[in-house]
Amino acid sequence: MVETHAAAYDSKIEGNVIFTRFDAALNWVRKNSLWPMPMGLACCAIELMATAASRFDISRFGAEVMRFSPRQCDVMIVAGTVTYKMALAVKRIYEQMPEPKWVIAMGACASTGGMYRSYAVLQGIDQLLPVDVYISGCPPRPEALLAGLMKLQEKISGQRSLRDQAPQLAEKLEEMLA
Amino acid sequence: MTLDIMLGSAGNPFGEKLQHKTEFRGETTYTITANDLRDIAKFCRDNLSFDYLLDITSIDNFGEEPRFEIVYHLYSMPHGLHLRLKSKLSEEAGALDTVSDIWPTADWHEREIYDMMGIKFNGHPDLRRILMWDGYPFFPLRKDFPLAGLPSDMPDVAFTKVTPLEGGPFVTVPSTAGSKDREPRARPREL
Repeated sequence: MVETHAAAYDSKIEGNVIFTRFDAALNWVRKNSLWPMPMGLACCAIELMATAASRFDISRFGAEVMRFSPRQCDVMIVAGTVTYKMALAVKRIYEQMPEPKWVIAMGACASTGGMYRSYAVLQGIDQLLPVDVYISGCPPRPEALLAGLMKLQEKISGQRSLRDQAPQLAEKLEEMLA
Repeated sequence: MTLDIMLGSAGNPFGEKLQHKTEFRGETTYTITANDLRDIAKFCRDNLSFDYLLDITSIDNFGEEPRFEIVYHLYSMPHGLHLRLKSKLSEEAGALDTVSDIWPTADWHEREIYDMMGIKFNGHPDLRRILMWDGYPFFPLRKDFPLAGLPSDMPDVAFTKVTPLEGGPFVTVPSTAGSKDREPRARPREL
């Protein structure tokens, strides 16, 4: 009697194996553990703090780990009025963040300068940084920030992470699998 | 105790220099000359017990001569009295004496006036900009400085650009109408 074995089948792990694309798995990990860089520059920072507190609880979306070192951050939340005096400091902190990184412009001031049409205020942080999500409001409510965060998660889950960010590794994998 | 009684009992040596007196709603204002400023300030603190300098402000009367006006708001803690001293200053002079050794709080007030108006203070211990950065070439609260700002650039420190003002939702229309009609949201939407 000849014994047969299914090479890729093991009854012990049946039901515990998921097949997916590598990008989907990577993006799923990234989007559910977005560590924010809280760039609190004005009153929007109060709403940012409220979003992190118990009532709104940003940890439901995996973004509760506010890091005050840019080296450990994934998403910069620019919350408040960016003055020209602060602008290059914000840019420098952004540049210190490791890739991949994203930017949320929270509120009217960070998005467009808001009501500060003046000599002292940068008219939107998008003049210096690539902004992924703009949130309207003056200041936005915590729900709006959470909606913006979910929008960013949506954006991340659609990215071609491997091919765009590690093209050499992607080629190598393709060669090996061919 | 009123200010007049205080001035009378202290044997005011500045009777002639304090002559431009105006009263408005119980607040007294004296106009003085910039040369007398330090003497009068010392006298107000030591002899009239104006121990608290509330604020120093500056006014740019652009087009008039002398151009600038500096206003000192004094308060007497023991007597609960206010006193306001005003001093005119021409643009050519551009500087007047510091009072930061008489009231230490004047230090940052004078720095702010220097930063915003470009008026210098002789004898100030640390006359640097306080709100804008060192090297910013303009004085933003002067009347001839445009609201939109002017471009400037200091590499690695800061830069400024001209702010677009037209069509903005928060910009009032210059006119003599009341603030209710000038306010942007009162304007009909332009199509």
